[in-house]
Amino acid sequence: MSNEIRGHILNYLKNKVRYDGRKLEEYRKVSVETGVSKTAEGSAKVTIGETVVMAGVKFEVGEPYPDIPEEGTMMVNAELLPMSNPEFESGPPGIESIELARVVDRGIRESKAIDTKKLCIKAGELVWTVIIDLIPINHAGNLFDAFALAAMLAIKDAKFPEIKNKQIDYKKLTSKKLPLLVEPVSVTVIKIGDHLIVDPLLEEEKVLDARLTVATLPDGTICALQKGGSKPLSQEEIEKMIDLATEKAKELRKHLR
Amino acid sequence: MEKVNVKDKEIVVPGEVVAVGMSYLPGQGIYRKGDSLIASLLGLVRIEGKVIKILPVSGKYLPKRGDVIIGKVKDINFSGWSVQTNSAYPAMLSMKDGSSDFIRRGADLTRYFNIGDYLVTKIYNVTSQNLIDLTMKGPGLRKLEGGRILHVSPSKVPRIIGKQGSMVSMIKKAANCNVIVGQNGVVWIKGADPKDEILTVETILKIEKESHISGLTDRIKGFLESKGKKVTGE
Amino acid sequence: MAYKKRLDGRKFDELRKIDAKVGIIKNADGSAYFRIGKTVAYAAVYGPRDLYPKFLQDPKKGILRCNYNMMPFSGAGNRVRPGPSRRSREISYVTENALSPVVNLEDFPNAVVDVFIELPQTDAGSRCAGICAASMALADAGIIMKDLVSAVAVGIVDGQICVDLNYDEEAHEEGDVADVPVAFIPSTGEFSLLQMDGKIKKKDLMKALEMGKKAAQTIIDVQRKALKAKFEVDNNE
Repeated sequence: MSNEIRGHILNYLKNKVRYDGRKLEEYRKVSVETGVSKTAEGSAKVTIGETVVMAGVKFEVGEPYPDIPEEGTMMVNAELLPMSNPEFESGPPGIESIELARVVDRGIRESKAIDTKKLCIKAGELVWTVIIDLIPINHAGNLFDAFALAAMLAIKDAKFPEIKNKQIDYKKLTSKKLPLLVEPVSVTVIKIGDHLIVDPLLEEEKVLDARLTVATLPDGTICALQKGGSKPLSQEEIEKMIDLATEKAKELRKHLR
Repeated sequence: MEKVNVKDKEIVVPGEVVAVGMSYLPGQGIYRKGDSLIASLLGLVRIEGKVIKILPVSGKYLPKRGDVIIGKVKDINFSGWSVQTNSAYPAMLSMKDGSSDFIRRGADLTRYFNIGDYLVTKIYNVTSQNLIDLTMKGPGLRKLEGGRILHVSPSKVPRIIGKQGSMVSMIKKAANCNVIVGQNGVVWIKGADPKDEILTVETILKIEKESHISGLTDRIKGFLESKGKKVTGE
Repeated sequence: MAYKKRLDGRKFDELRKIDAKVGIIKNADGSAYFRIGKTVAYAAVYGPRDLYPKFLQDPKKGILRCNYNMMPFSGAGNRVRPGPSRRSREISYVTENALSPVVNLEDFPNAVVDVFIELPQTDAGSRCAGICAASMALADAGIIMKDLVSAVAVGIVDGQICVDLNYDEEAHEEGDVADVPVAFIPSTGEFSLLQMDGKIKKKDLMKALEMGKKAAQTIIDVQRKALKAKFEVDNNE
């Protein structure tokens, strides 16, 4: 029947309509909120249709890596909580959450969104580490884009805590924000049969042939890519998918304000 | 002093004292403690003479003998098929109940039903441990071809079907779709045009959400008409 | 020096601001949000459903399985490392015991009801907030239960009995401080969670429990209202 569901979804796509009545290249309603966790130094909640995710930023201090003594570090972690989907089980992160975290990480890291040179407190001794945790509350498809957007919003929301004697005082936040150079936005394009769609539902994700997550900057520069799915893509398809992702990123970018 | 604290069709929550007095009798979802009747379910109160009961508004499907349900084939073993029923328990469809053909031992059972197939099937036995036996022998029981599946709360199934099937047949005619509502809350929808199926899904979800508010039939009729559909008599 | 005025200006028997909502996680069979002060809990219920491995099954009734988890950014200090800790496992266990007495799973032998409690931010009282959210989520899931459970911490701060201690009060450095999280079943008047750390005289403990009962009643009203609010659909849409 998964074949039958696929056939059925394909029939919808041939008729230029999605399972939930959307157009092929149409996003679900997006809403965002920041400051959703008072214990995080920065946080955000992103809702895309029935998908709800949270991101939280925590700061830590520590010794820098020996090869980059004047730079701080960042880390992205995702936990696919069993709360958010009956198919998720408790336990250590599986490959799905590792891939999600690494793709979001690359979008931020490779675009040099955070100026890690400014995360240095004392060269060779003490630097900031920025940890971004991504959590789904309700998983109804498209965690890639939801996580990436939530991560950027949480980063923009974050304020440095005070630091005394190499210790962080988490109770006292300064007004200083994270040094941001650029703001990447990720859009994932899904291929089912000959059709390209954005913002997939769970049902669509289950029958996809290929997906391409594209992180872009406002000028169209691509700063991270991840192809998923078992079927290969032609160069022509890749170009189309990037164009579509770049176009859709403009809509999503509005939510970064 | 005897008294009923709630109105008919009011929503109550577990722990609420719905009535005081020995002359009232606890029905489904109500228990007695001293001379109080207390709700043990979230749902709609029904007062039927001296009996007070609660119609649940949520909850998993509780398998009942004779129910026609829609199940999904989960596994195949040497003696038949294991079927997911949307309840807490898997069900068994044995070789002899799976088809009126004689199936010889060792035959390729996927020729009949394969993993992932959806079946309209009937529960013919439920054991004390809630093990469910299914049969495919009976009118209308079959493997479903094409169409899409929708999950609704089993407690809303009677409202989606309506009196003598009035609600579901209204939707079928108006939206031009074939619809089968399983007692377990699994609904199958098939139409020629995806747009008709989408409207059917929307309509059924609207019933699920608003079934506890009176005037449901008229509201659904109005909804279908607002979508440009002709609604004929029930 | 005695504790004469609470750090956040509340009366001694006053709860922090409470907010509750039901049905917030669409994938779940039942779900709820419960906020008290700066402590926020989400709860999602899945089931009754198949329980594996089989040796965990009880042929007489279904099993309630709770999982309490702090999100990595939900602690007042350092990041909380993801995954179960000794603390979260113990809290999951006492949460199960706090909820089990009201839950009737006799119709579901061998099955399990999973309750996932997740905290995005905490300021003390997180296990109590989790129990409040979980009990609403169980009702939302249509589970048979003889009552809702409400939970709150009571205790003593430098000689003064208080309800719903926040983190600063728990960490108060003068005099004896005791933190006593309790869960309360209103219809029977019984306690289904009782833990304590700190120091307290028996007489004061009894007074604190009395204060907790009253507070629990206030919480129950909020929980009930939230469950009913789910069914208030706008008739004029």
